[in-house]
Amino acid sequence: MNRMTLDLWVGIFVAIGLAALLFLALKVGNLASASSGETYVLKASFDNIGGLKVRAPVKSAGVVVGRVSNISLDLERYEAVVTMNIGNQYQFPRDTFAKIRTSGLLGEQYIGLAVGGDEQMYKPGDSVKKTESAMVLEDLVGQFLFSKASEGNDKASGN
Amino acid sequence: MLDRVAAVLRGLGSRVTSRLWRLGFASRFIFATLLYSGASFRRLSLTIREIYFSGVLSLIIILVSGLFVGMVLGLQGYDTLQRYGSSEALGILVALSLVRELGPVVAALLFASRAGSAITAEIGLMKATEQLSAMEMMAVNPIARVVAPRFWAGVISMPLLAALFSAMGIFGGYLVGVQLIGIDEGSFWSQMQASVDFREDIVNGVIKSVVFGVIVSWIAVFEGYDSEPTAEGVSGATTRTVVTSSLAILAADFILTALMFRGA
Repeated sequence: MNRMTLDLWVGIFVAIGLAALLFLALKVGNLASASSGETYVLKASFDNIGGLKVRAPVKSAGVVVGRVSNISLDLERYEAVVTMNIGNQYQFPRDTFAKIRTSGLLGEQYIGLAVGGDEQMYKPGDSVKKTESAMVLEDLVGQFLFSKASEGNDKASGN
Repeated sequence: MLDRVAAVLRGLGSRVTSRLWRLGFASRFIFATLLYSGASFRRLSLTIREIYFSGVLSLIIILVSGLFVGMVLGLQGYDTLQRYGSSEALGILVALSLVRELGPVVAALLFASRAGSAITAEIGLMKATEQLSAMEMMAVNPIARVVAPRFWAGVISMPLLAALFSAMGIFGGYLVGVQLIGIDEGSFWSQMQASVDFREDIVNGVIKSVVFGVIVSWIAVFEGYDSEPTAEGVSGATTRTVVTSSLAILAADFILTALMFRGA
C-alpha cells in the first residue's frame, strides 16, 4: 500500500475517532449547555437536606433554572447551607419558598422553588428566607408509629 | 521424603524466580521502549503505518460489535426498566454503561485479540527469521525501529477505538429504544444528557482506555520480543498476549473503577 492512501486512511480514522469523542462530549454528556449562560448565586439554609447532592437541579414549576454548586454546614446554627447557581434570566420574588423534593418515588433529590407574590426580587448573593427541609423516611415512620401508639392508648384508657 | 520436599520447594522457587525475572525484563523493556521512542515521532510515517495496521484495520470489528452491544443493551435494559415503569431511563442505562465500562473494556479486549496478537506474531516472526538480529548488525536499534512505533500506535489508537465503540453503542441503543420499541426520543436524549457528566463519566472513560492501550501494547510488543524464535514459540507467545492482556485489562479496570467511582 502506498504512502498516500495509508496517510488518508489514518487521517480518516483519527478524524472519526475525534468526532466520536466530540459526539460523546456534546450530545451524550451535554457539555455545551452545562457550562453556558451567566448565573447568579442564591443561598438557602435547611434543617436537613436529606440526600441532596452538589450539581442537583434547582427547579421552578418543573423547569430547571439552576444547579446546586456547594453544600456546607453552618457551625453557628448547625444548619445546612446550600449555594445555588441560578440562570440570570430567572428572577424570583422575596417570598419564594425553597423546598427539597424528590423526583418520583426513588429518584434524585432537587430543590423546588415555589414562587410567591412579592414585588421585590432576590438579588445575587441573597439567602432564601423560607425553606422546607427534606422529607426523611425514618422520621415519617416514627411519627406514624407514635400516632398509632397514642391512638391505642386512647382506646385503652377509654375502656 | 526429605528429598521430595526439597524437589517441590526447588521447583516452586525456580518458577517464582523465573516469573520475577520476566517481570523485571518486561519493566526494563518498557523503559527502553520509552527511551528510544524519539524516532517514532521524528519519523512519523513509521507510527502512521502501524496506526493503519492496528487502528484502521480494527475499525470494522469495533464498530460492528459496538453497534450490537448497544442494541442488546437497549433490548435487555428496556425489558427490566419497563417493569418499574421507567423505560425512559434507557438512555441513561445505555450511555452510562457504555461510556464508563463497556466501551473501554470491550474495545480493549477486542483490540487485544485483533491487533495485539498480530503485533506479537509479527515481532515474534521477525525474531524467528533473525530480522531483528540483522537490524542490530546494521546498527539499527530494533526497539526504536520496530517496537516503539507499534507501541505508540496502540496507545494512540485505543482511546479513539473506545470512543467509537461507545458512540456506536449509544447509536445502537437509540435504534432499538427509540426506533424499534418507541420510547420518546426527547426523553431518551434529555435524561441521558442530564445524568452523564463530562468530567466524571466521559473523561474517566477516556483515561481508562488510554491505560488499557498502554497495557495491551506493552504486553503485545514484549511477548513478541521475548518469544522463543521457533514456530511453536511464536504461537505460544501470541496466545499468551491475548490471555495476559485480557486478564490485565479486567484487573486494571477493577482498580481504576474503584479509584474513580467509589465516591460517586
